[in-house]
Order: sequence, then C-alpha cells, then structure tokens
Amino acid sequence: MGEAKNSATEERPKWDNKVQYLLTCIGFAVGIGNVWRFPYLCQIYGGGAFLIPYLIALVFEGLPLLYLELAIGQRLRMSSIGVWNNISPLLGGVGIASMVVSFLIAMFYNTILAWVLWYFFNSFQNPLPWSQCPLNDNQTAYSLECEKSTSVNYFWYRETLNITADINVSGSLQWWMVICLATAWSIIYICFIKGIDSMGKAVYVTATFPYLVLTIFLIRALTLPGATDGLRYLFTPDWEILKSPQVWLDAATQIFFSLSVAFGGLIAFSSYNAERNDCERDALVVGITNSATSLYGSIPIFSILGFKARTGFNTCLEENILTLTNHFDIAERNMTLENYDQWFDYLNLTHPGEISSLPIRVCDLQEFLDQSASGTGLAFIVFTEAVLEMPGSQVWAVLFFVMLFSLGLSSMFGNIEGVLTPLKELKLVPKWISHEVLTAIVCLVSFSVGLIFTLGSGNYWVEVFNSYVGSVPLLIIAFFEIVGVAYIHGMKTFSEDIYFMTGRRPNIYWKACWMVISPLMLLVVFVAYVALQATAYPTYPAWNPDYEKFPQTEPKEYPKWVFGIIVLLIVVPVLSIPVVAVYNLICCGVKRSSADFSPNPYNNEAFEIETQERKKQSI
Amino acid sequence: MLGRIVFFLCLPSVLAAQLCKPNAAEGFKVRLSIKTALGDKAYEWNRNQRFLFQAAIAFAMSHHLDLEFNVSDVLVCDETPRVSFWFVVTSPGDPSRLVGKESVELAVRKSRDRINNILLLNDATLEFIGVLPTLVAPVKPATPPWLIVFGVVTGIVGAGIVFLLVSTVVQRKRKENKVAEEEDDDEEAQMKRTARNEGIYNTSFSEDDRNTQM
Repeated sequence: MGEAKNSATEERPKWDNKVQYLLTCIGFAVGIGNVWRFPYLCQIYGGGAFLIPYLIALVFEGLPLLYLELAIGQRLRMSSIGVWNNISPLLGGVGIASMVVSFLIAMFYNTILAWVLWYFFNSFQNPLPWSQCPLNDNQTAYSLECEKSTSVNYFWYRETLNITADINVSGSLQWWMVICLATAWSIIYICFIKGIDSMGKAVYVTATFPYLVLTIFLIRALTLPGATDGLRYLFTPDWEILKSPQVWLDAATQIFFSLSVAFGGLIAFSSYNAERNDCERDALVVGITNSATSLYGSIPIFSILGFKARTGFNTCLEENILTLTNHFDIAERNMTLENYDQWFDYLNLTHPGEISSLPIRVCDLQEFLDQSASGTGLAFIVFTEAVLEMPGSQVWAVLFFVMLFSLGLSSMFGNIEGVLTPLKELKLVPKWISHEVLTAIVCLVSFSVGLIFTLGSGNYWVEVFNSYVGSVPLLIIAFFEIVGVAYIHGMKTFSEDIYFMTGRRPNIYWKACWMVISPLMLLVVFVAYVALQATAYPTYPAWNPDYEKFPQTEPKEYPKWVFGIIVLLIVVPVLSIPVVAVYNLICCGVKRSSADFSPNPYNNEAFEIETQERKKQSI
Repeated sequence: MLGRIVFFLCLPSVLAAQLCKPNAAEGFKVRLSIKTALGDKAYEWNRNQRFLFQAAIAFAMSHHLDLEFNVSDVLVCDETPRVSFWFVVTSPGDPSRLVGKESVELAVRKSRDRINNILLLNDATLEFIGVLPTLVAPVKPATPPWLIVFGVVTGIVGAGIVFLLVSTVVQRKRKENKVAEEEDDDEEAQMKRTARNEGIYNTSFSEDDRNTQM
C-alpha cells in the first residue's frame, strides 16, 4: 500500500467547499474594470440605454462562453493546455496561447496593483499629499507644473509615475514604484504559496471585501450633496445612441473582457471541482453576479462624481462671487450662491463695461458632469479629488484603495492560476522543483520583466499592453475555444459530457449559442475591432509640461519600434495556435481525437478518466 | 483768533485727507474677509477694530524701522462695506511726510503673522493688495509616512512567507519520515499491529520475497 502512495499520481487539489470555488470565480471575473470601466461606458453611451446592448451581449456571448469553459474544465479535469490537447492535438496551441496571454496580462495588471498600493500607503497622512502643491526649487512660488494643472494631476503624473514626456524617453527606474511592485508580487506569492489551499482562504476576504466597501460608499455617497445630479446623469437613457454600432461593439467587448474568459484561469479553477457538479448553475451565478456588481458599483461611483461636479460648480461660482465682491466692494456674504444670478444681472445692467473686463468664468454644471474618466484617470485623479472634499478624507481614501486592491488581487489569482497550472502540465518543470519554488520563480520572473512598467515611461507601456494584449488575442482564443468545442469535440459529445456532470442535457438556447450565435458575435466583434484600430495610426496621450495646451495631454503617435512591439504582442500569443496545428498535422498525421475511445476489451469505460490520466503520466 | 484755531485744528485732518486717498502712491489697499474667516464668531468692523489695525501697523513699522510709531501715524480712508480701505503711514516726526511704500511693505511682511493673529485672520482673509503672501511650505516630516506603512505591510507579508515556507518544509519532512517508517515496517511490526487490533496474523501469505519465484 505504501508503494501505491508513492506512485506518480498525485491527488489533484480540490476546493474546500462550493462557496470557495464560486467566490474564486466571481473574484476572478469581478475586477477593477467593473468599477472603473463599466460606469464610464454607461455614462458616455446614454446611461440606462447602454444596459440593453450590455445585457444582450451577456446573454448571447458572455454566459455561453463562461458555461463552456467551466464545463470542459470540470469534465476533462485539466487546465487549459491539457484540455485543448485532449480535445484535439490540433488545438493544443490554444492552451499555450491562453498561458502566454495570462502571463503578459499578469505582468502589467500587477503594476496597476502597485499603483493602488502606493496610493494606499500615502493615504495615512494629514493632509493628503495630493491636496497641496509643493513649492518650486527656490521656494518662492508653487511648482509651475502643479499650478498649471491641479495638485491631484501633479501627484499622479509627477510624484507617482514621474512620467516622461514621450514613450521614447525611458527615464530611470522609480525606486518607490519598484518597492511597491515588489510588495504587490510578495502578496501574490503569499496567497499562492500553497496553491489553491492558501488562495482559497485568501479569496474569502478578497472577493467579499469589495462588496462591503461598495455598500459603505453607497450609503455615504447618497448623502452627499450633488449625488442625485450624478445619478440622474448616469441613468438618463438616451435611446438615440443605440443606433451607433460603436455602442454594440463596446458592449460586446466589455462583457467579454469583464468575464475574464479565454485566460485559462476559469478552466483551471473548475478542473478542481468534483465531477458531478452543476456547472450550468455556477456559470449563471458567476455571470449574473459579475454584471450585477458592475451595476451596483456604478451607483456610488456616480454619486461621488455628481458630488464632485456639484462641488466644482459651486467653487466656480464662489470664485466669481469673490471677484465681483472685491471689485465692487460689496459687503461680505451679501452675494451668495442662491442670489448670484440676480446680482450678476443687476451688475451687468449697471456696470456692463466693468463686468466684461473681469475674469468671470462661465460655470456650467453639465460641463463639470461631462468631465468623465475611466481607468486610471477615474481612480487616481477624479476619485482622489472627490475624496478631498469629503469629510474624513483619509478613511475614504484608505477604504477605496483597499477595495481596488482586493478587486485586482482576486483577478490576479485567476491570471496566475492560468500560468502556473498549465506550466505544470507542460511537464517542462522537473519534478524536484516543488510548487512553492515554481511559484516563486514565476513571481520573480514576472517582477523582473514588470520593472519596465516602473520606468519613467512605464504608464505608456501599461497602456500599450492593456490595449493590445488584453484585447485581440483574447478574442481569437475565445473564438477557437468555442469552435473547437462545438465542432471539433462535437456538440453531441459535449452534451453527453454535460449530461454526465449535471444530469441534464443543455437546452436549445445553449446549443444555438455555442454553435452559431456566439462564434458569429465573436467574429463580428473581432473584425469590427480590427477595422476600427486600422483606420487611424495608433496614438497615445502624453503628459508633456511643454505642450502649448498643457494641462491637456498631447496626442502623440507611437514610434515605429513601439508599433513593431505592439504587433509582436498581438501575434506572438496566438502564433502558437497555427504552429501547433501545423506541427501536429505534418509530423504525426491527424490523430483521432483522444476523447473518442474505440471499444477495447481491456478498457472498461468506467475507468476512462483514470486510464486517460495514467496515459498522460506515462508519456 | 477763533478762525485760526479752527484752521490749525482742521489742518491735520485736512492734511490726512490729502495724504490718504484711494490709489495713493505710498498707500496700500487692505481687504478683510471677516465673515469668511470667523463665520458665526465674526466681529463687526467698527472704529475700535480699526484702531486695533492701526496699532498693529504701527507696531510693524516700529519693529521694522526701529523708530517709535504712533497709532495716529497710520491713516485709514475710503472704507467700504466690503470692509476694504486704504492706509498710509506718516513719519513719526513729520505728519506731512509719508513713509515709502517699500518700507511699509517690508515691515508688513516681516510682522505679517503678528498682524494676522491680532485681527484673528490669516493671509487669505487679510489681504494687502500688492504684498505677496508668504507661502507656507508643506510640512515635510523626516520619514515620509508612506514608508512607515510600507514597512509595516512588507514586514507582515515577509513574516507570513517565511512562516508558511518553514511550516511547509517541516510538514514535508514529517511526512517523509512517516512514510519511511511505514516502509520499514517488517513483519514483526505488522504482527504487533494485528495483535493490538485483536486479530490473528495469517502467516500463510508472509513471504520473504514479494515477487513470486519463477
């Protein structure tokens, strides 16, 4: 008996309970994008009206893909590489592509977490460091760059990133960013040290904490003045916008990237499940929770943005009031926000010439509300500015950044899982390297390469990775996934698999989506995406203090070598798909799909899975 | 006689009126925002408060030039409901001569803090138009606070990693020892275990060789 234990078959790790598994999947799907991308899209695409294309995309593209990945992972009980090799050796490249994409995304995503950590560390001061401008070198005035833009912008671009004016100018490593990045990777390492045992425990906190913070923010935000302005702005439906194809494209891409499919992480997570687990219900729970979280998160975000707009508007008016009061020597507090308009009209009638000579700003609430932002702009500029106006700023800042960190951390778990488990299955790793050492190596390598993002031009590189690695390759991988399962594996075999796992066959809706609707949608989205990218030479917004329209960012074109790197980033991950297919075709001939067992007197179907695993082990 | 007395009595105020006027060459415009600074506790600007202001300026001038200035050397005029006014400073010995603008400016800047405090205001709410406010440099503590938080977080994470790694290594060693022990189990130990479980060890299958002899 002792010998059997030492055999090569190591028990596959499994989840402690169903809740852990669901929380991990939800945590992976719910990421920072739910908080800083979805509300922005909702706002620019006509508020409530955007929900229609979004929900249609969820139902016809998101949920089928999600269900597919969870189902094959659970049935074939291997991570992305093993699964696709299993379905057909021609498709082996899909798994490799998933792994490479996960690795590339893990690198830049953790940089965002490093930024969040930096802001978190800086939130424990009074006053908050982004509330004031520092003095310039000879202490006579405030720093010019800070004066022209705002102290919040200055803190982000100068004191956090120390950004260079051009992607060509790399600058040097910013030591504070390096140590924040090291801390972020250390936290990832400590969560992954025991594989899903430790990660599964961590996920109880990281997946639930954001909901707690969002609720606290919701309660607080709804009591702020101006919250209703923001909410009305967010949810006022503009039905006209549905006629624009850009909206549908953005809805489809948003749901796709939001659910984190095609990373390989979901396949790995579901492979640790018990065999007979209802993955249909799991897919529905994860998908619907993800969208619900996006909606739920947009309410406090937009309440706070409305508050910020209202405060900005009031400040603008008060500046005008001060100018007028000082010029006309009116008693203090005679002119207030309420009677400003009457005073202004009266003064305009009596002293029109003087009024026109004064620097009176036109204050428009709509203009302040239109100052929307997504991505890092929302979190590190707009939100930090809003937090300054709220009483008890430090508390809100700390809560916000811890929430962002939890959201990002649980997504990173999926990314890292999509790298580690396939690595182990590739059998490139010698047996004596234990799991802890392998995880350490992966973290160390990612950290070293990720040092690029701590350079002066790091932010520009993050944008490059974010726009190009995290988009086209994933679309291609997802397309091959769905085609591979629906046509190469066969819908009949897949239905049988699902029947084995859940006790019922997939109904017509799922079948129609897998066979026709989803691949079609993916193809259309892919083509439209590429077409849109190809219309204009890609540019990036550069923070250049010498720009004449500073503090606006200067749109600069990517230099040729960066363009070459962009093309590489898109092509290299998906290159493995055709390469592996061709290699298998040429050298080994077309093997019959190993899922198709011919009747073999020595092979009792009941032990199918174990035999399969033994075969893989002995290769 | 009476006329001459009246003339000489009125002369200073006439002179003062001529010396202090809006846009005077050697004068400064001052603007107070008392309600903004103090809210409910705002005091009303009246003759007494003005007297306090004049005394503060007189103090600043004396402090800067090391001459004895009197409250009456500070002339205030053109008061508005805003609470803004112009003031000029006359020389202590010669009421018809004004002190230069630069001296007044330097004196005010030197004692700006004291003047602000006397009137319970600050640089923003007590404005001397034309005199730049002294910039308050943001306080820079010796250790940036973020490093402290960073140190705490890194310390916890590092300790956690070390602890988990050590416990994993210890666990693995323990498992190896247990497995090694079980492999070393020979028949005697097996017999003992069976006896402990109140069974009888069946010796028919105990062989020296596990493999059948060919």
